[in-house]
Amino acid sequence: MIRTLALFIFAVSASAPVFAEESSPPWSMADQYFDADEMAHARHHVLDHHGDTRQFYVMADRLEVQSSDEGDTLVWEGNAWYGGDVNKLWIKSEGDYSLESDELEEAEVQALWSRAISPYFDFQGGVRYDLEPKGRTHAVLGIQGLAPYWFEVDAAAFLSSEGDVTARMEAEYEFRLTQRLILQPRVEAELSAQEIPELETGSGLTSFNAGLRLRYEFIREFAPYVGVEWQGSFGGTADYLEAAGEDTDRAVFVAGVRAWF
Amino acid sequence: MFNRRRFLQYTAAGMATGAIAAPAWARTSGEGNFGIPMLRGNQFDLTVGKFPVRINGRATEATGVNGSVPGPLLRFREGDEIKLNVSNTLDVDTSIHWHGLLVPFQMDGVPGVSFPGIRPGETFSYKYAVPQNGTYWYHSHSGLQEQSGHYGPIIIDPKGADPVDYDREYVLVLGDWTYGAPERLFAKLKKHSDSQNFQQRTVGDFLHDVSAEGLGKALDDRAMWGAMRMSPRDIADVGAPTYTYLINGRSTADNFNMVFNPGERVRLRIINGSAMTLFNVRMPGLPMTIVQADGQHVKPLEVDEFQMGVAETYDVIVTPQVAEAFAFVAESIDRSGQAVATLGPKPGMRAAVPQLRAVPTLSMKDMGMDHAAMGHGQMEMGAEEPAAMDHVTMDHSKMDHAAMGHVMPDPHGPAVQMVSMEADIETGPGVANIAAMPMSRLDEPGIGLDDVGHRTMTYSQLRSLEPNPDTRAPGREIVVHLTSNMERYMWSFDGVKFSEVTEAIRFHEGERVRLTLINDTMMPHPIHLHGMFFDLVIPGAETSGRLPRKHTVIVKPADKVSVDITAEHVGDWAFHCHLLYHMAAGMMQVVTILPAEAMPMADHQGHEMVDHSTMDHSSMPQGEVDHSKMDHSKMDHDAMSEEDMKR
Repeated sequence: MIRTLALFIFAVSASAPVFAEESSPPWSMADQYFDADEMAHARHHVLDHHGDTRQFYVMADRLEVQSSDEGDTLVWEGNAWYGGDVNKLWIKSEGDYSLESDELEEAEVQALWSRAISPYFDFQGGVRYDLEPKGRTHAVLGIQGLAPYWFEVDAAAFLSSEGDVTARMEAEYEFRLTQRLILQPRVEAELSAQEIPELETGSGLTSFNAGLRLRYEFIREFAPYVGVEWQGSFGGTADYLEAAGEDTDRAVFVAGVRAWF
Repeated sequence: MFNRRRFLQYTAAGMATGAIAAPAWARTSGEGNFGIPMLRGNQFDLTVGKFPVRINGRATEATGVNGSVPGPLLRFREGDEIKLNVSNTLDVDTSIHWHGLLVPFQMDGVPGVSFPGIRPGETFSYKYAVPQNGTYWYHSHSGLQEQSGHYGPIIIDPKGADPVDYDREYVLVLGDWTYGAPERLFAKLKKHSDSQNFQQRTVGDFLHDVSAEGLGKALDDRAMWGAMRMSPRDIADVGAPTYTYLINGRSTADNFNMVFNPGERVRLRIINGSAMTLFNVRMPGLPMTIVQADGQHVKPLEVDEFQMGVAETYDVIVTPQVAEAFAFVAESIDRSGQAVATLGPKPGMRAAVPQLRAVPTLSMKDMGMDHAAMGHGQMEMGAEEPAAMDHVTMDHSKMDHAAMGHVMPDPHGPAVQMVSMEADIETGPGVANIAAMPMSRLDEPGIGLDDVGHRTMTYSQLRSLEPNPDTRAPGREIVVHLTSNMERYMWSFDGVKFSEVTEAIRFHEGERVRLTLINDTMMPHPIHLHGMFFDLVIPGAETSGRLPRKHTVIVKPADKVSVDITAEHVGDWAFHCHLLYHMAAGMMQVVTILPAEAMPMADHQGHEMVDHSTMDHSSMPQGEVDHSKMDHSKMDHDAMSEEDMKR
């Protein structure tokens, strides 16, 4: 332990001169005319403000009411991040709230480190915590980005505190009907590597949703939408639902807003 | 000889406005009005602050100089010693950069590069001589203040006779206005880079293309752009309606007014002072004769339209013969909007405002990918201008960039071997694309102007009126790639953002150096180098001795532009894309001109090619290479390059 710490300190001190900008500033001729400390400060500032600014982003990608024969459900899926061009702290949350039974059916939040690894893709890793059901914690590994032909994709694998491995994949596309009216097909698939009886989940493909949403961007940051979505369950998961006397697939109408800041 | 009435006009404009006058919008634009308050002499007191303005009829707040947008016209005389006291009443730092003026570098006004900046409540005195004449401008180099109105024109009257003959003159400062905070606009671009573009291709455009070209071709085209994840309509990052386009702070509705008497030669000094907008400038029914570019006289060139990069200036002469109102049209390059002023025989007239033309669409050529078209262009150029072949046949994509110091023979100079230094660029988060086959596009008028049906200016048509002061062949070539990832809104030189820069680009006092700019992005970039003029190397005219001298040059998508520079003015000089948000995102560098007598390490480095962080300079015996005694113009860098390669 002490050795590791000593090595760490050695590594940090050895690498320090490389990062100590002012030991060899990239330019410094103005130091002859102005206070060198003031110039160093201004130099640091101009560098930071030309390429290293941080942004804070919040987006409600889907904030919608889903209506079907079984009643209305409030569904959300949102993101927030803070960071620069390459590294970001990324928060994701999604969940369902039944307006019939007035209870939270599903809710989760993820905290991820997101790193740009190619022009269009970010690697994401971190933790997911399930508020509902059952308060499980998962390790998350994922990829998010823009695939060729403008498909927005997000794929992640989850390893739960119970040792279960699951995965989720989403893809979206946008048809621009006009500059502000946009038709967005969206698919989402969930998979499980094993049966998880306590979650009534079978192994293999557990669910698949396919939706079509039509939004109008009054401004780019705010767009209400309407749409339809087909939601199906498969394999062992479907068996659990059938056993409980529930439908394994259904179509819902959706109405909601997409907003970002 | 024409009777010059301009002095009377100045007086009128000056009297009407005063030093700190009512905002520009509050004044009438009557006869002989510059539309901008004017200050002249050699002592100036300027105040930077926030103030209310009315733009396009809507009340808003500006940040600028002496309470007007644009700031006051500063009128100097060539050879004068100028002193400007600039007071900062903002609660943040400010600065003024004198764009195109050959000032000592510590007066150049770039915080963190040439001076510390002007703190809130402080006054900074700029002192410099003006050894030049022409049309220039000034603007803030702090934060995003330029977008909020912190810019204004400069005219330097020649000491002797003006080679340009004219009866009256007007200054036209083009601008782009946003009612929101520029920081917020930048943040939106960072978050959704296409969010300010309301001219994207739609399903309707697809159906139109299907009926015009057939399904296969329309699908192929979409597939090609889709595979690249790029948009052929990505011509301007920000357009209308986010922007309201302005001429002297006035929108089309505000109708900036100029008057003339038929037969008069009217000189228009046009300055693109916008933050992000390249403009197409035309005056329907009135040919324009370009007499000056970037403050430097050029051989008169009559055209009907020209494209103007941010920070470029052009002086044109128009000679309307009939007593009619003519429109002066500044159309944004993406044709999302325009600003129209009127030149009429009486004040208060309104020229017919032309319809916005069809939105241009980028082609494969803009990707630097159309090999068939490239080959064709190459042949054409070769046939017309054999000298151009040497340039276009240099295919960097096939070169081994790692093997640095590749020697390029200069076809025109003496037996001097020009060493070329080029970084090895790789795609990654900040670099989405590398132009496979960049080539000179100096003979093209710019995006959207290929087929407008009248005479358009190309850079290759420009020739300096005065002979070039230095016609030596360059001893070195420094290649800089303009790089980006539009999707992440990352912009850089050689894939390195300004925030990541660890060393400046180095020139040596007295050397003649070639700077070659290769645009790996799909947007045109107006690239500006502070503190010096560069000679635009026009294929076929390299030895003309009349290359146009500029401070800012548009580098078109997949373009390869070379400029030759005489490194004269020792100092640290900013070098950047003049699109404000590209610069803010990192498309900036510093060019250091090292004094001839003090070059201990001289140019031991192959600039971008060598990782200096791993170099141990201390072990290098000083004076091993004594550059101070070398003639840099004939310097053979091969030996050093080999040495660098061994590292």
